[in-house]
Amino acid sequence: MSRLQVVSGKGGTGKTTVAAALALALATAGKRTLLVEVEGRQGIAQLFETEALPYEERKIAVAAGGGEVYALAIDPELALLDYLQMFYKLGSAGRALKKLGAIDFATTVAPGLRDVLLTGKACEAVRRKDRSGRFVYDYVVMDAPPTGRVTRFLNVNDEVAGLARIGPIHNQAQAVMRVLKSPETAVHLVTLLEEMPVQETADGIAELRAARLPVGRVIVNMVRPEVLDADEVELVRNVGRSSVARSLSAAGLGGARRGGHAERLVDPLLRQAEEYAERHALEQEQRAVLGGLELPLHELPLHAEGMDLAGLYELATELRKQGIA
Amino acid sequence: MSRDQAQGKTAHRLSPARVLDIDPLLDDPETRIVVCCGSGGVGKTTTAAALGLRAAERGRKVVVLTIDPARRLAQSMGIDSLDNTPRRVKGIDDSARGELHAMMLDMKRTFDEIVEAHADPERASAILSNPFYQSLSAGFAGTQEYMAMEKLGQLRARDEWDLIVVDTPPSRSALDFLDAPKRLGSFLDGKLIRVLLAPAKVGGRAGMKFLNVGMSMMTGALGKLLGGQLLKDVQTFVAAMDSMFGGFRTRADATYKLLQAPGTAFLVVAAPERDALREAAYFVERLAAENMPLAGLVLNRVHGSGAAHLSAERALAAAENLEEPRIVDQDGGKAGLRNSPDTYGSSESPASPSAPRTASDQGADSPGSPGTDRLTAGLLRLHAERMHLLSREQRTRDRFASLHPEVAVTEVGALPGDVHDLTGLRDIGDRLAANRPELPEVSDD
Repeated sequence: MSRLQVVSGKGGTGKTTVAAALALALATAGKRTLLVEVEGRQGIAQLFETEALPYEERKIAVAAGGGEVYALAIDPELALLDYLQMFYKLGSAGRALKKLGAIDFATTVAPGLRDVLLTGKACEAVRRKDRSGRFVYDYVVMDAPPTGRVTRFLNVNDEVAGLARIGPIHNQAQAVMRVLKSPETAVHLVTLLEEMPVQETADGIAELRAARLPVGRVIVNMVRPEVLDADEVELVRNVGRSSVARSLSAAGLGGARRGGHAERLVDPLLRQAEEYAERHALEQEQRAVLGGLELPLHELPLHAEGMDLAGLYELATELRKQGIA
Repeated sequence: MSRDQAQGKTAHRLSPARVLDIDPLLDDPETRIVVCCGSGGVGKTTTAAALGLRAAERGRKVVVLTIDPARRLAQSMGIDSLDNTPRRVKGIDDSARGELHAMMLDMKRTFDEIVEAHADPERASAILSNPFYQSLSAGFAGTQEYMAMEKLGQLRARDEWDLIVVDTPPSRSALDFLDAPKRLGSFLDGKLIRVLLAPAKVGGRAGMKFLNVGMSMMTGALGKLLGGQLLKDVQTFVAAMDSMFGGFRTRADATYKLLQAPGTAFLVVAAPERDALREAAYFVERLAAENMPLAGLVLNRVHGSGAAHLSAERALAAAENLEEPRIVDQDGGKAGLRNSPDTYGSSESPASPSAPRTASDQGADSPGSPGTDRLTAGLLRLHAERMHLLSREQRTRDRFASLHPEVAVTEVGALPGDVHDLTGLRDIGDRLAANRPELPEVSDD
């Protein structure tokens, strides 16, 4: 099992939720995971129902079985100071750089550097050991940028290593890429059973592979429950209106005669079923496309009421059950 | 896509404080720019394309600037070739003498074009071949926002179109482009740029001497950190760009002012889900803080039901009524008793305890058969699920409406699949303009 688990996905697919559930799932007895947020959205704090996270690793949950989940929302500016600290004791020089506007420049005007800092920080957490030589975190789960940007984001240090051909930045960049391109890392993509996210997932996998980044699993999120089975979907197309009306009437919903309450329900209910059938067929198509990707495929159920802490723990249990963690 | 949903009596399922009228907005010759913003996955690009098509078919000369369209949507508009120039979209109804052009933003190309347009050829080629420039322009997080802003300014300056519809970058911080001028400004006014330019400006005024000593020290530190080669690349880049930065800032400032001008209309796009509407609220607040003119909220993927008067609870109870006899059969117990008083009157074949039946050994369509009962129970469960969804959507919308009663809203009904042709876009345009969910409400009781 790779120690750095990167979770990406198209916007709106719930990648932050999946990343959080994965961090919980990996925190089995005696293990410690770190959940890293890189996009400054405080999505993790919202999910875990805590106040906004500072730039500091802090324990936010105890998983089923007793493992611990820590979280870190990376602040690019502070990460830059961290980064500089790695090379020099930059106490006052760091402040001087800040005064110069170098930090603003690095974190905003030269946006590529921001990605360097974010990936660098995550890899540092992966490699960090305590005094006894044991890894501080058994797993690091990263809530990464969306699919469209994730390859570039993870690969930024390759670019940096090419730009700075010698010196400490070069070495640091190479060290980060060594982690990211090794089996130590797995990049998972979250999708929905809809055309656009599936297409983006397929494109994303191709990009990751072209960049030699290790692709992990495809996780289909928010899978709707099956309300009508295949036989019933078939029946919807050729069932007699009057027999449905009689059934509705039998169930106590009024008269089956023409104009009766039950009779007037038939058309709208059948229309809803047709919509269901149409969507179901589209979902099956997308499942087939995902199946063709030849990657481990997992499905997580829709939590119709919206995600909350309880739902998150349920997803974590589901992930464990499916052998992801 | 052309589902027969738009029929029936119109019922306003929600009554937002204000209703957003799309057509007057699109028709008004004073409206020159429409910006669609919102979080990812809410149908922003599709909305932008549908608005562009509708405006064009109503007689305006429109260009749609998309950032990262789904492939099939791009193909439907004929812009899947990425060449950073607006292309005329064929196949639209041009009886009102309108035109639709569309383009997909190519960040690197846009950046290159700026360099080519604002530097002499020698300097331009020095910049274009600089490794630091090549990385920067190829599109890291953030570059897209600058370039979208730049392209919008360019399109507006060409004055070839009377309406520009812009889709914003798919990043979470979709309003980052509003920050672009300010960031650029603070960089240009900062000392860093002078440090980076120091080697080029040595030998300046005598009064600068002390400063220059400090700067060369700083340059030394940067050199140690970055490695000599990279620092040289950065310095060459900054020196070469120096003359252009001013123009950059002027144009970014101008575009920013353009966005605040009365001819601009921002539309926030969202879906009736908690997170999407939370983001929408953030956009609304942010736009207000920046004095950007908000036209309203487009609420995509709103669900409805033709049988909204049948509550989820009643539907579920009825479904249980239909399923109960079979459950009892499986238990091998007593004959099922249906709860409803008129059950026996209308059910022709009461369940027999000795012979459990399944759908397959009965004619599916025989009246009152278990097959039909089972299907009907399924229909009722489906309906209950739909009603739960409706009430959740209603709650999230109500919450938004009470926090932001000033925001006008238009709704677009949910479609089962994605849109990838002009017909589909036209249909969305109709729905946007109809500003009601296409839900036939069955009048009842």
